[in-house]
Amino acid sequence: MKLVTAVVQPHRLDDVKTALEGAGVRGMTVSEASGYGRQKGHTEVYRGAEYTVDLVPKVRVEVLVTDADVTAVTEAIVGAAQTGKIGDGKVWVVPVEDVARVRTGEHGDAAL
Amino acid sequence: MEPVLDTGVSAWMLVSASFVLLMTPGLALFYGGMVRGKSVLNMMMMSFGAMAVVGVIYVLWGWSMSYGASLGGIVGNPFDQFGLGGSFDPVALLDDEGTRYMPTIVDVGFQATFAIITVALISGAIADRARFGTWLVFAGLWATLAYFPMAHMVWSGGLLSDGGPFVFGDAAPIDFAGGTVVHINAGVAALVLALIVGRRKGFGTEPMRPHNLPLVMLGAALLWFGWFGFNAGSAYATDEGAGLAWVNTTTATAAAILGWLLVEKLRDGAATSLGAASGVVAGLVAITPAAGDVSPVGAIVVGAVAGVLSAFAVGLKYKLGYDDSLDVVGVHLVSGLWGTVSLGFLATGTGLFYGGGFNQLAVQVIIALIAVVFSAVVTLVIGYVLKVTMGWRVPEETEVSGIDLAVHGETAYENSGSTITEAR
Repeated sequence: MKLVTAVVQPHRLDDVKTALEGAGVRGMTVSEASGYGRQKGHTEVYRGAEYTVDLVPKVRVEVLVTDADVTAVTEAIVGAAQTGKIGDGKVWVVPVEDVARVRTGEHGDAAL
Repeated sequence: MEPVLDTGVSAWMLVSASFVLLMTPGLALFYGGMVRGKSVLNMMMMSFGAMAVVGVIYVLWGWSMSYGASLGGIVGNPFDQFGLGGSFDPVALLDDEGTRYMPTIVDVGFQATFAIITVALISGAIADRARFGTWLVFAGLWATLAYFPMAHMVWSGGLLSDGGPFVFGDAAPIDFAGGTVVHINAGVAALVLALIVGRRKGFGTEPMRPHNLPLVMLGAALLWFGWFGFNAGSAYATDEGAGLAWVNTTTATAAAILGWLLVEKLRDGAATSLGAASGVVAGLVAITPAAGDVSPVGAIVVGAVAGVLSAFAVGLKYKLGYDDSLDVVGVHLVSGLWGTVSLGFLATGTGLFYGGGFNQLAVQVIIALIAVVFSAVVTLVIGYVLKVTMGWRVPEETEVSGIDLAVHGETAYENSGSTITEAR
């Protein structure tokens, strides 16, 4: 099993969700995030005082998948989130030792 | 003939007083949104604290020191009408012939609201760092020693009124609703207090951006609304003069928004909501002394210039190094001075642009300068005495962690779960 985590532009979230559903993903966790990469931040001016806001809003999508589905899910996210501009975000994959479904007590792939 | 109760004017003045009282909670929102989230409650409490202290002392000695028997044209005798007793006259005549009156107690309410907001205005200069107890004592002392005398000098036939020495030809001092008494007075006090109290930790190096701009917009809107009582109410009538003050108040404020936003767009690249809200206040401040004595077209000039001047003036504190946290100086002092002096040019009849010569301009400059010096000296004494006795600053760690929790035992926004440990 793998955990696929994607940090993407907030306005791509709907397309990412649709693409994930198309790839057979049945559940995900979405949370608001903030950060920066090469995009860096932006400046805001309040009564003449300039502030550099280096953290910009992002959305974090987390999906648990079987080993077999990893490539398809990753590519689905990349395809849906991509605009080609700096700030599109990142997707990464880490191994997961075990997963339990709380309602039934199932473990492993059966719990996904 | 016995004077007749003017119910129309009395009703309007009661409503105006209520409008002006609403300005102080409006100011609390305006200021509260501009500070950081960890000190918003303290910022708002400084306004509510001013309401509490001045609301009590006004009926005790505030009215008497403003409108009681004059001591040399400088201040009213506090014991003359102490507690609204003594020689307090319940009948306030509304015309020279003595045919109409309103109850004086209505005027007491109206004037008390002015004293409250003037004290509250100063609080923006010392945001995030002042001891609450010291602020409450300051509020009482400053209202007593700075505000009541200034109100007496300008509005009760004192030194800076048309009954004083500064009447040149047909040009007498004009301060319709409080350019000197309220805005120059509070603006100078803000500058002096910012210098005495000192800079916030991290001023100019750490980010201190406004934490809630919608609150600032709401506060500015309430101030504008309340200002109709402030200015149109100051006509003490329900006639053309009150209508003129109302229209001038709106026109100047609208022009000031445009002026401020134009500066921002050209200088910073964006017309901001904070700029619009600030422009509202700058315009309202500038038109306050002039609302009854300029034409609506003149009001456009008063407002537009105020918006531009104050938009530039708010940056001065970074260059000069004083931490007037919420720009009481840049907005109230600068636009208050401009509004007071603008009458020298734009007062219909006596202003320079109306062929009245330089007399009105000279009068306005003199009363503005006297107001500046008077407020500076009185505030310096009060501020310094409180510094060496009670102390002004909260401990540094309180300033960093947030004054709300340390001083008021509360936080404005819930960021973590809480559990009831004791219910009383």
